[in-house]
Amino acid sequence: MSQALPAGRPGLSGVRRVEVTGMRDALHAEWTKLRTVSGPAWLLVGTIVLTVAVSAAATAAVKCPSGIACPVDTPKLSLTGIEFGQAVVAILAVLVISGEYSTGMIRITLTAMPRRSAVLAAKAVLVAGLVLAAGTIAVGGSVLAGRVILPGHGFTAGRGFPLLSVADGPTLRAAAGSVLYLALIALLSLGIAAAVRDSAVAIGVVLGLLYLSPIIVSVVSGDPVWYHRLERYAPMSAGLTIQDTIGLRGLAISPWGGLGVLAAWAAAALLAGGLLLRRRDA
Amino acid sequence: MTAGTVTPYRTGEQAGRDGFAQLLRAEWTKFRTVRGWVIGTVVAALVTAGIGLLAAGTTTSSCQSASSSSGGPTRTGSACGAAAFPVGPGGVPVDDSFYFVRQPLTGNGSITVQVTSLTGLLPPANPNLQAGPNGPADTRPGLVPWAKAGLIIKNGTSQGSAYAAMMVTGDHGVRMQDNYTNDTAGQPGAVSPASPRWLRLTRSGDTITGYDSADGTHWTQVGTVHLAGLSSTVQAGLFATSPAYTVVSQGFGGGSNGSSLPSQATAVFDHVGRSGTWPGGRWTGDYIGAGDASGTGGYHQAGDRFTVTGSGDIAPVIAGSGNEGDPDATLTNYLVGSFAGLIAVIVVATMFITAEYRRGLIRVTLTASPRRGRVLAAKALVIGSVTFVAGLVAAAAAVIFGAQLSRHKGTYVFPASWATELRVIAGAAALLAVAAVLALALGTVLRRSAAAVTLVIVVIVLPYIMGVASVLPASASDWLLRITPAAAFAILQAAPQYPQVTAVYTPTSGYFPLAPWAGLAVLCAYAALALSLAVVLLRRRDA
Repeated sequence: MSQALPAGRPGLSGVRRVEVTGMRDALHAEWTKLRTVSGPAWLLVGTIVLTVAVSAAATAAVKCPSGIACPVDTPKLSLTGIEFGQAVVAILAVLVISGEYSTGMIRITLTAMPRRSAVLAAKAVLVAGLVLAAGTIAVGGSVLAGRVILPGHGFTAGRGFPLLSVADGPTLRAAAGSVLYLALIALLSLGIAAAVRDSAVAIGVVLGLLYLSPIIVSVVSGDPVWYHRLERYAPMSAGLTIQDTIGLRGLAISPWGGLGVLAAWAAAALLAGGLLLRRRDA
Repeated sequence: MTAGTVTPYRTGEQAGRDGFAQLLRAEWTKFRTVRGWVIGTVVAALVTAGIGLLAAGTTTSSCQSASSSSGGPTRTGSACGAAAFPVGPGGVPVDDSFYFVRQPLTGNGSITVQVTSLTGLLPPANPNLQAGPNGPADTRPGLVPWAKAGLIIKNGTSQGSAYAAMMVTGDHGVRMQDNYTNDTAGQPGAVSPASPRWLRLTRSGDTITGYDSADGTHWTQVGTVHLAGLSSTVQAGLFATSPAYTVVSQGFGGGSNGSSLPSQATAVFDHVGRSGTWPGGRWTGDYIGAGDASGTGGYHQAGDRFTVTGSGDIAPVIAGSGNEGDPDATLTNYLVGSFAGLIAVIVVATMFITAEYRRGLIRVTLTASPRRGRVLAAKALVIGSVTFVAGLVAAAAAVIFGAQLSRHKGTYVFPASWATELRVIAGAAALLAVAAVLALALGTVLRRSAAAVTLVIVVIVLPYIMGVASVLPASASDWLLRITPAAAFAILQAAPQYPQVTAVYTPTSGYFPLAPWAGLAVLCAYAALALSLAVVLLRRRDA
């Protein structure tokens, strides 16, 4: 995966010159595979719908009665749906490779494209690109829902809650960071699926890795050392700090640092998946 | 060629039976011969127990770590902080501190009183201001909802001894309470000089009956309690106490937080009347549980009129409300690993059916046993039983060894009856088993592993996460834990919730909005629904 990836999106014929021969073909082949089955498209639609719906529902559930100070991180609240949407993203990324193993397609793929790292890289580029696109819509919809709902629930500009807007620095960071978060979750899932191969086991490992940390954190909160460790290095807890816009000093890790931890997880998973893909028989 | 009837060919072998027992055996053989599924089930058991023990092992009492770091003598056991609660007659740890104006009562008798007012002091609205040199001056008048004052008959003056009391409260009208955990409502409404309340306690043997009245002539019986082992001479008289002022913040940004500061209540009593044998002859006032630093109180007598002031509470101790330095734990804490076990179980149970579709084995299975509903029933029974056994072993290990490890580390572990202990252990196993059946059913409906696994994990685990670690307000996460399959985690609640004690009852500290079995029933209903849908679809669709 050390070779330079082409800058263009698949399907954009504007990029002509590709340094590594085969990469463009790999991208084209993977794009054809993704495009011609209905699953990925539905999963992307599902990501958007679920994220926006849960965000809107969570935002609608919170009210700030007059006369009470509400220490609510409104950008984070309006992005609650990411916690659900990431599960659909994980399915998509896992199926991109596990689906081939379950149908035996992987043997054809690897026969046609013997450079296995190029296959994984092409899959990674495509999945990340698709998730970035869908994530942008999902996050945009969530922020828009927050913008519409919040003022009616007591979160008005007069009380220190300006209308949600991506022109605002911290909100932009939370929103753009959430899109990147989804893409990194996709890469993490892809790497794990390449290593584990079976779709059920892969999705179990991914969701366990993501969802168990907040639960264990809530139990070991009596021990500051373990609490700190988990908040800092667990992929979901660390990665979602990108959504925090208030109380940044109290966080175990800075927002971009947290996203960096998730990126490290994703890179490690892709590396492990790539190595295993090269070493093993398909 | 011989004429006659032609006998069709029959094989000499006996036809195989296709009873349900054979079906079960077939499914069990499938399960135990796939190495990955057996490993997955063992992993489920190991993570369930392992994470529970991790939770027990990482919670360290601050007094132990502080003393070991300073090189001083290591204090352990009951000498260490919150590890010593008085224990009530039911065996539960209790809070027993109040101001008691008392006389001994020998044999049967009764005491009657008129309460004309109940007032109190609350800590300052902004606790940070309290640091001033004249702390009490910052307090403001007001009553906590469960401030209480009235009559009490108590089996001696030691903390945790049996009692029965009639009282007026801050917000909850007249109540009769006994032995710390029982609470019966009497007349509603607040007490004031314009609308006083009359209270009466009557002792007959070990039976104590409480009455209330608005005028002192028309009496209503509130309740009758039996105090086992009540000695012939008991302490009876007037009391006042006021539990800590607990601010339950709305739960924005990560669960509800509570802060507790002491409050105070003052009651004015009049027309104290007694019958029976009262050998003491005069009133004595003293503070029960004076070791508690927050205890302040006293009394003033002017003829028949008593003014009694007290602070503290007569109530069970609520698990999870301990101070940060003195951690306490309930058995629920050791079962946190069931979330991890749940994910492994869901993966195995889903593959138990989706692998058949993937490999085409389902066609063989359905050819061999054409009654499809029974195939699914056999599968559900096998995966449910296997998961239940694995979960039972893991949960028992987590609870038993986790509690030992915690005690060793200086954490106070709330005692639970053997019935409760059995319920949480078997409940954790049942939770895994029913979740496995749900996963099997949804795997049959969807026929795709990834989608089925994700769906089951998202509907069971995610609502819980939203409840404990999200920005949702308490009311919204309460509803999530009522109507989603995550309601089943209520079966793990080890410490009871007492409506007569104000505290922060959240899933984080081990309290759930539904009753334990009702919560499990919600998951069972989802599983039954999914299983019926799976049977219908399995019959209708081509395999």
